Amino acid sequence: MAEIIKRSKALSVNPLKASQPVGSALAFLGINRAIPMLHGSQGCTAFGKVYFVRHFREPIPLQTTAMDQVSTVMSADENVILGLATIAEKSQPALIGVSTTGLSETQGTDIRRLVKEFYTLHPEFAHIPVIPVNTPDYTGCLESGYALTVQAILETLLPAVDNRGKRLNGYGNDATSDNETVVSDPLSPSLSRQRARGSKSLHLLQVKQVNVLAGSFLTPGDLEHIKELIEAFGLHPLVLPDIGDSLDGHLTETESSPLTLGGTLVTEIASMGQSVATLVLGHSLSEAADLLKARTGVPDYRFDCLMGLDAVDSFVLALSEISGQPVPAKIERQRAQLQDAMVDSHFMLGFARVAVAADPDLLYGFSQLLTQMGCQVVAAVAPARAAVLQQVEAVGVHIGDLEDLEIAAKKHEAELIISNSHAKQTADRLGVPLLRAGFPQHDLLGGYQRLWVGYKGTRQTLFELANLMVQGHHEAEPYLSIYRTGEANHASSAFSQVH
Amino acid sequence: MQAQDIAALLNEPACSHNTQSKSGCARPKPGATAGGCSFDGAQIALLPIADVAHIVHGPIACAGSSWESRGTRSTGPTLYKIGMTTDMTEQDIIMGRGEKRLFHAIKQAVDSYAPAAVFVYNTCVPALIGDDIAAVCKTAAEKCGVPVVPVDCAGFYGTKNLGNRIAGEAMFKHVVGTAKPPPVHPDAQRPGITVHDVNLIGEYNIAGEFWNVLPLFDELGLRILCTLSGDARFRDVQTMHCAQASMVVCAKALLNVARRLENDYRIPYFEGSFYGVTDTSQAFRDFARLLKDPSLTARVEAMIVREEAIIHAALGPWRERLKGHRVLLYTGGVKSWSIVSALQDLGLEVVATGTNKSTEEDKARIREIMGDKTRMITDGSPKALLGAVKEYQADILIAGGRNMYTAMKARLPFLDINQEREFGYEGYGGMLELARQLALTLKSPVWQAVRRPAPWVGASAPVLASGSL
Repeated sequence: MAEIIKRSKALSVNPLKASQPVGSALAFLGINRAIPMLHGSQGCTAFGKVYFVRHFREPIPLQTTAMDQVSTVMSADENVILGLATIAEKSQPALIGVSTTGLSETQGTDIRRLVKEFYTLHPEFAHIPVIPVNTPDYTGCLESGYALTVQAILETLLPAVDNRGKRLNGYGNDATSDNETVVSDPLSPSLSRQRARGSKSLHLLQVKQVNVLAGSFLTPGDLEHIKELIEAFGLHPLVLPDIGDSLDGHLTETESSPLTLGGTLVTEIASMGQSVATLVLGHSLSEAADLLKARTGVPDYRFDCLMGLDAVDSFVLALSEISGQPVPAKIERQRAQLQDAMVDSHFMLGFARVAVAADPDLLYGFSQLLTQMGCQVVAAVAPARAAVLQQVEAVGVHIGDLEDLEIAAKKHEAELIISNSHAKQTADRLGVPLLRAGFPQHDLLGGYQRLWVGYKGTRQTLFELANLMVQGHHEAEPYLSIYRTGEANHASSAFSQVH
Repeated sequence: MQAQDIAALLNEPACSHNTQSKSGCARPKPGATAGGCSFDGAQIALLPIADVAHIVHGPIACAGSSWESRGTRSTGPTLYKIGMTTDMTEQDIIMGRGEKRLFHAIKQAVDSYAPAAVFVYNTCVPALIGDDIAAVCKTAAEKCGVPVVPVDCAGFYGTKNLGNRIAGEAMFKHVVGTAKPPPVHPDAQRPGITVHDVNLIGEYNIAGEFWNVLPLFDELGLRILCTLSGDARFRDVQTMHCAQASMVVCAKALLNVARRLENDYRIPYFEGSFYGVTDTSQAFRDFARLLKDPSLTARVEAMIVREEAIIHAALGPWRERLKGHRVLLYTGGVKSWSIVSALQDLGLEVVATGTNKSTEEDKARIREIMGDKTRMITDGSPKALLGAVKEYQADILIAGGRNMYTAMKARLPFLDINQEREFGYEGYGGMLELARQLALTLKSPVWQAVRRPAPWVGASAPVLASGSL
């Protein structure tokens, strides 16, 4: 049990935190042909957009309700309705997300009512799901904003009770006029997707679908690997949200799009109730997972972390249980490779003093991995509170910023820092190497898609950690004996020093 | 900030937007708006002042995703790179503890980092709940013994451009005129050269590009009291009123500062640019003109002859490589005509240019430089830009970083011209870097490779493969 050390200073210096609206936008970016709109001033969106453009090196669809002085003082309700109608008309998206900001929340917006009003005023857009979510930036962090959004997506798009084969209750004000229905074939949505993507389809008739609720700590590279692992057991993964499909960085025939290109299909989400199991990745998604379970009755398996032998073992074991298949030889080989890497790297990593600053799930994951390798987490910082922080393998966890990290790392003589690109300054001042992880990574090409999880990702991470430790290793100061002959000058100087 | 104060700032008398039909100041449309807010503009304008603690007062969204993104360089202090925010909590807002937190935050910044001054940027939430940041700044300045400057720039006040003006106004109101510059150091005096004090307004030293030009100022005997705000110190800003002339560099953003310096202190100013050989020379000639020193004029002309000869010789081989390539230019803040002249200096053909933020005066000048056949583009959406690229058969898109991935996704060569870029193009020497970067992307072998379909696919090529490269 780690002690949680609360924020005690007035000024946050070198912030570690990214805001809830930004996290919310990220979750929506994992839905196919979607666009998030932040309900706030235009700067809320401009900053969020640049943040992700620099991290992913991709165009990022993100819009704003553009609150100005008049709408801030009088009412910005009209901005929301107008914004939704403009986007719906211009881009015909499959989904629009509306996330609130500190500004609109302080003003007291009722975002759910506004979405209802939008459908009343614009029945022609009843077929476009709009997901409202409350994500003020004066509470939480990127991870919590993302989690709230996943929950809101499920809340809006999942039938209230398990009514497979029946009509969905719609997102529009008038559910019965909604022409979307769940097709009675439980596998058809995912199948049609597979067919659309040119996969072999006959064989898939026997394939069981598995839901994956993917936490914000997972990169597009992680999601790709997780899907491969699941498919290796003959299961079909339905990942929500799937930034592995939308933000993996690939050139397409489509030259420009105002919407996301890739991600979870909106039509698939309604079929989550037909899956045989749900894999919940990340403690932050617990409430979203509770909702999914309550709505669908699909049993779930929860994993707070997917780094390190133990965590990946339990994940693979669960896949084997769900599928009723033995673990494929290929995965067993990956496990053996990780074991080999653990043995090889333990010399460099044993007793290594590491400082980690990241959003709670990622911080927890690293603390697990590092501790299992014999490292010591001498400084741990998270930007906001979360239940999982109590399980972090460190003496204490600061709720704070990169200045807190710097002070703790210096005090405990950390030899390595794990954090985002902003920690480069910190690492330079401390003279120790930095392993970039989390958001944002604006000074590293490919950081956005790095693989961290699974046997494969863990193995690569261990190699990198070990190499960084070797780089930072300080050689012993040479000592020249006073009796040593043959190097007269040195010997005499050493001699004179002794006396 | 009061509505009438905002209106006064928007009504900048020196800005030609005000006399012509407006193109850049329309009310933003929900669901179809791009670009930053007033806070963004104010922070960008002032953040390069290197020895100041820049505190963003508000919840995390404002500072959290924007700190450390300014590509500006300092010769000394690096305090401006330290991100600082009050990171307001829900409790602060509900209980009205924002002012108290701000006061302690200022004190903490002064105690830990000993800044020359503290700038406090107001943002939407504290502006909405009515935190009196001016009063807090005043009290904190008295208690801490350090100047504390309020910059009231909540995002909902308006656009980035308004934020620039708010920043300029804050400097003029609280900082300019509060100190005298030191005398010129005897070691820096040279016989026969009278040193003139000048200001550069709107010069941000992106990627250190101003260091291409600064040695020439030294050579000519022009002492820069303050660049607002690239590589500036708080003390520099205090002394701006003592200059003999100001140059507004490449943007309308801080025009209000130049105008007020002229009104209140009779410091003449001109608008110019350091992009391109022609414009760089012109900027020095304009200084000589305003300073009315015949010996300076003579030195300027001699310097121009020398520098132009050197750069033209060096650019020869690059011109050969770049000649005839067609450019579609879509700039944001930087004056289009200024870049056009730089590109023409390199032998490129500018087939169309964005004029969204240009004034009528700018447009007239573009016509003058480029002739009547030039197309002017006002729709800057990715789709419209790519359509224009195809229509005018452009080989390269030159635009702000925001459009970079528009070009990349369409497999199109690109050059970043805005403030986030990592290369400096100012001055005579900057032209070499510009030529190199242009050739690097235009001549890159990757375009052929990524436009070619996979060998197992039929003959259909990606859409833009018909480009002329």
